[in-house]
Amino acid sequence: MFTAQQYVRPASIEEAYALNQKITSAILGGGCWLRLGKRRIGTLIDLSALGLDSIEETEREITVGAMVTLRQLETSGALGQSFGSGFARMTEHIVGVQFRNCATLGGSLAARFGFSDVLTWLLALDCQVELAGAGRISLAAYAQMPHDRDILLRLILQKNGRKAVYESFRNTQTDLPVLTCAVSTLDGDLRIVLGARPSRAAALDGLSLSIDADAAAKAAQAHFSFGTNMRASADYRRHLAGVLVRRAVTQLQEAEQ
Amino acid sequence: MSYVNSRVRKKDAMSLVTGKPVYTGDQIPKNALVVKLLRSPHANAMIQDIQTAAARKIPGVAAIFTWQDVPQSRFTTAGQTYPEPSPYDRLILDRHLRCAGDPVAIIAAESEAAAEKAARLVTVRYQVLEPLLDFTKAKDNPILVHPEKNFRSLVPVGADSARNLCSTDHFEVGDVEEVLSRCPVVLERTYNTTANNQAMMETFRTFSYLDEYGRLNVVSSTQIPFHVRRILSNALEIPRSRIRVVKPRIGGGFGAKQSAVSEVFPAFVTLKTGRPAYIIFSRQESMTNGSPRHQMRLQVRIGADRQGFIQAIDLYALSNAGAYGDHGPTTIGLVAHKSLSLYGSLKAARFNCDVVYTNTMGGGAYRGYGATQGIFAVESAVNEVAAVLGMDPCRIREQNMVAQGQIMATYYNEPCSSCALDRCMAKAKEMMGWEEKYPARTLENGHIRSVGVAMAMQGSGISGVDIGSVEIRLEDGGFYTLLLGCTDMGTGCDTILSQMAADCLDCSMDAIAVRGVDTDQSPYDTGSYASSTTYVTGMAVVKTCQSLRQKILEAGAEMLGVPAQATEFDGRRVFCPSSGQEVTLSAIANASVEGGRSCISASESHSSPTSPPPFMVGMAEIDLDPETGKVDVVDYVAAVDCGTVINRNLATVQTEGGIAQGIGMTLHEDISYSPSGRMQNNSFLQYKIPTRLDIGKIRVAFESSYEPTGPFGAKSIGELVINTPAPAIANAIANATGIFFRDLPIRPEDVALGLGKK
Amino acid sequence: MKITVTINGQAYTEEVSPDLLLLDFLRAHGCYSVKRGCDTSNCGLCTVHLEGKPVLSCSVLAVRADKKHVITLEGLQTEAAEFGAFLADEGGEQCGFCSPGFIMNVLAMVRELEHPTEAEIQAYLAGNLCRCTGYQSQLRAVRKYLAWKQEGTP
Repeated sequence: MFTAQQYVRPASIEEAYALNQKITSAILGGGCWLRLGKRRIGTLIDLSALGLDSIEETEREITVGAMVTLRQLETSGALGQSFGSGFARMTEHIVGVQFRNCATLGGSLAARFGFSDVLTWLLALDCQVELAGAGRISLAAYAQMPHDRDILLRLILQKNGRKAVYESFRNTQTDLPVLTCAVSTLDGDLRIVLGARPSRAAALDGLSLSIDADAAAKAAQAHFSFGTNMRASADYRRHLAGVLVRRAVTQLQEAEQ
Repeated sequence: MSYVNSRVRKKDAMSLVTGKPVYTGDQIPKNALVVKLLRSPHANAMIQDIQTAAARKIPGVAAIFTWQDVPQSRFTTAGQTYPEPSPYDRLILDRHLRCAGDPVAIIAAESEAAAEKAARLVTVRYQVLEPLLDFTKAKDNPILVHPEKNFRSLVPVGADSARNLCSTDHFEVGDVEEVLSRCPVVLERTYNTTANNQAMMETFRTFSYLDEYGRLNVVSSTQIPFHVRRILSNALEIPRSRIRVVKPRIGGGFGAKQSAVSEVFPAFVTLKTGRPAYIIFSRQESMTNGSPRHQMRLQVRIGADRQGFIQAIDLYALSNAGAYGDHGPTTIGLVAHKSLSLYGSLKAARFNCDVVYTNTMGGGAYRGYGATQGIFAVESAVNEVAAVLGMDPCRIREQNMVAQGQIMATYYNEPCSSCALDRCMAKAKEMMGWEEKYPARTLENGHIRSVGVAMAMQGSGISGVDIGSVEIRLEDGGFYTLLLGCTDMGTGCDTILSQMAADCLDCSMDAIAVRGVDTDQSPYDTGSYASSTTYVTGMAVVKTCQSLRQKILEAGAEMLGVPAQATEFDGRRVFCPSSGQEVTLSAIANASVEGGRSCISASESHSSPTSPPPFMVGMAEIDLDPETGKVDVVDYVAAVDCGTVINRNLATVQTEGGIAQGIGMTLHEDISYSPSGRMQNNSFLQYKIPTRLDIGKIRVAFESSYEPTGPFGAKSIGELVINTPAPAIANAIANATGIFFRDLPIRPEDVALGLGKK
Repeated sequence: MKITVTINGQAYTEEVSPDLLLLDFLRAHGCYSVKRGCDTSNCGLCTVHLEGKPVLSCSVLAVRADKKHVITLEGLQTEAAEFGAFLADEGGEQCGFCSPGFIMNVLAMVRELEHPTEAEIQAYLAGNLCRCTGYQSQLRAVRKYLAWKQEGTP
C-alpha cells in the first residue's frame, strides 16, 4: 500500500498538470493498481472533478474520458454499437464487477502494463490519446513512450468501420492473462496486436485479411518476442500466439464473408 | 421429529449472513496495541546486530522486542495432544532466521501507521547464509536448518537435526519384494505435489488482554483453543492456569488454524506491557508464513497380475517440512495409511518416508493431512496400471477395493467396520454416465471431453489420542445448555452436535442453547481437526445425553415418589406408566434449582480406540482444449460414505467445498520460490484459488454405511472430500491425451506442450 | 482532509488521512460487516455500494467517498435477511466471512440485471471468492431467491 501526504481534487486541467510536475505527485485513477505499490506519495491528484467520466459520441468519433471505469467500457451501448463485443470481451475477465467499477480507462492505459487487456484491444483500433501537455498523439506512440509527468485525459476512437475481435488466454478465468490478442481489419488490411508476452502490447501491420489464418499465426509467432514469467514460459506463449491469432483471424474472416 | 439426517439451518447462520460482528477482528478492545512483525527478507540468516532505538522514538510506539527479549524455551506451534510428535524447534523470536518472513522483531504501537514507521527504522545487520531450498537435497546436506543445541523431539519420530531430519518412518506388511518379483506387471512412478495454502478468507488473527484476575486472556481464530493454552504456556514460560483462550466465530480454517500461528505475538506483548494487543496477519503474511500443506515427492512401485488384481505397493514419500516441523511427523503417516488401505487385495505393502527441514516456509495441517498427497500418487498409479492392462479404471477398483469386514493391515490392523465403497462406485458411475462417457470423445470445436475416477478414504479422529468432552446442563425452566470444547469453524459443529443432543433428549433444537469454546468454561476437547468432531465429540454428546436422561429420570422419580426404574422420560415429562403419575421437565428443572435439591447436569468424555474411515468415489468430467491445453472440470460427481449423514446440507457443502479446493490444487494453485528463497505466490493475485467461473458443476450423493462405533452411525466427512480431484482429473486428462501427468499443479502449459511433444 | 460521507443514511464529517481506505473508514464507523480478505483487490469481501454501485472498499480511498453515499450490509438488513435465509437454507454461508461482500454484490446484481441467466449470475459474482463452499450452494441460493422475488413465493 502507498502512503500519501496530501490529496487534491483540482478544478482545472492546468492545475492538475502543474501539480503533477512534482516527482512525488501521483495521479489517482481507480486506485486499484496504485495500492499494490509501496510508493511514498506527496500529493495525490484526483481527476474526478474534471468531467472526464463520460463516453461521448459524434458522427466520426467516440471520446472516452480517462475516469471512465472499465465497467462503463464493458456495458457502453455506444462502444458496443461501433466496435462489437470487443469492449465487453476484453474487460469481462478482469477480476470482477466491483473491481471494474473502480478501475479506470486512464489508470489502465497510463500504467501501460504488459498484461493490459485494455491496451491490447485499443491498439487494434484506430485511436488517439489526449494528454494535458502534449495534446493529441496516437495511442501506438503513447504505448511506446516511457512514463512521464503528463496526464492522460481522453481517448478518442475513430469510427472508421474497422472490425476487430479479441482473444485472451488465462490460466484461471479472472487471472492476469498469459497472452492477449486483438486482430482487426480495415480496407482488407490486417492488424495483429499481442500483449502480455509478457511485455507491453504491440502491433503487427501490413498483412492482408485474405491471408491464410495459419500463415498469419506463423507471421505473428515470428514477428513478436516472447518471454517467461510466473504464468508461462516463452515457448508456451509462442505456441499460444499461434492458436489465438489463428482463431481471431478466422473469426474476422468469417465475419467479413 | 428427528433432526439427525435432516437439513437443519445452522444455528448461527442468520448472524453470519446479516454481517454481525462475531469474528475475532470485530471484537478487538478499542485501546489495544497494534502488533506488527518485522520479517526477514532472507531465507537463511543470522542476526548479527539489531538496533531499535530510533524506532522506539516514533510517537505511538509502545514497545519493540527482539530475540534478546524472549524466553529461550523451544516449543512447537503444532496443535497436537501432548507430547506432540512435532519437534520443539521454535522460539518466539530467534536469532537464526530459517525462512523468508521469519519474525525479526515484534513492534507494538498505538496505531498501524506508527508501527509501520517504526518497522522501517529498525536496523538489522544480517549474516546472510546460503539457503537450503531443494527438499530433495536436504537430507544430510551440509547446510543445517536447525543447528541449535536445544532442538528437542519429545516423541521418537526419528528426528535428527544434524541430518535435517524432522522424522523418518518405515513399515512393511508381507514381503513386498517377493510379491513384486512374481507380478507380471510392475510399474515404478514418481509423483510430485507442491505446498498448498489453505487460503481461508479470514487470515490468522488474535487479540489478548489481562483480565481482572491478572490472567492472560487470548481471543483467537483457532481450531485448537486448549492446545493454544498449552503452547502459550510453553512459549511464554507461564503456568497454564494463568491463560484463558476464547474462540469466536472463525472465518475458515481447513487445518491452517491447527497451528498457533499468530497467538504468541500479541500474548507476549500483553504480558510485557500489560496492555491489550492484537495482530491481524496480512494476506501476504498468511501466504508466506502460515501453515500450508507439505510439499512431497512420492515414489510408487505397484505390482499386479494380468487380470488386474493388485498384489503389492511399495511407497516412498519425501516430505518438505520447511523451516519448522509442525505436523511434519504426523502428516507423513497418512500418506500410506489412507492410500494403501483402499486396496483390500494387497498381499504386501511397504512404506518408507523422510520428512526433511529446508529454508522454505514451515508446513502445517491442511485438510487431507498427507492422505491427499498419498492418494494422488497411489490412485494415479492404479490408473496407470489399468491403462497398461487396457482395463476400465472403475473395473480395476471394483475388483480390488477394500470391503466391510476385512482387516485393514495397512491401517493399524483395524477392522473395516463400515464401508459402502462398492455402492459409492456404482452410484458415481450412474451419476456420471460413466459407461457412455468413458474414456473420451471429441467435440465439434475440437475440445476433448473425457472422464476420470479416483477413490479416497480418511479417518474419523485420531485413534486413542483425540478426546472430546461435552457438558449439558438442565437449566431452570427446562431448557438445556450444551457446552462444547470443539471448535466450529464454519463447519457447523455447534449445530450438528445440537441436532444430536436434541434427538437424544427428545426435544426441539430451540430448547438447546449451545456455547462454543472458552477454555475456562468449556469441557476439554482436543479441538476440531483430524476429522474428529462429528465422530468423537458427537459420541461424547450421545454419552452425556444418556447420563443426563438418567439424572432427569431419577429427579423426576424422586418428585413422584416412585423408583426410577418404574419411570420413563419422553423429553417433556417423567412419567410412571403403571400409575399414570407425571412431572414435567420444567417442573423438574425448576425444582433442581430450589434449595434442598441438586442442579442437574452431565458431562462425559469420549475417545475412540479406532478411527473408522469414511470412503468416497470421485469422478471428473473435463473439457480439454488440446490447442491451449486448458482443462475445465465441467462436472464432478461424488458418492460419499460418511456413515449416517447428520446434516445433509452441511455434509453436501463440505463435499462441494472440498472438491473445489481439490480442483484448485490440481489445476491452479502453485507455490514457487525465487532463487534466494522468497515465495512468489504470496497474494491472491499470484496464488489463484478457484473462482466460481473456474468450477463447473459439482454433484454429491451419499451412500451411507452404518458405523457401529459412531454417533447415530456417523463417521467423518471434513477432510475426505479433498482427496479425489487430483487423481481423478489427472486420470481424465490421461484419458483425453494419453499422457499421465504426475506433477501438480497440471497447468495448461504442461498439457499443451506435452501434447506437442507427443 | 475533511470529508463528509453518508454511511447507510447517516452523514459523518471528519478529518481523514489522504491514504485512508474506505474499508478502514467504514470499519472505524462500526460497519464490521465489511471484511478485508486480501490486499490486492482480488477477493470481494469488502464489497459495498458507492452511489449505488458495487465497489471494492479496499480500492477506494475514503477521500473519494466525500459527499457520496455508501451502503454496507448494516444498511440493508432486511434484504440481507431475505436473501440470507435462502443462503442459510443451503448451508451456503459456511464460515460466513465472505458472506457480507457476496450478499452486497448479489443485491447489486438483482438491481442491475432483470432476469439474469446462470452464466450472467456467475459472471457478475466472479469477483467474490469463497474458499469454503465450492460455490454450488451459493448458486442454488441465488436461483431460489430470484425465483422467490419473481413469483413472490419461496
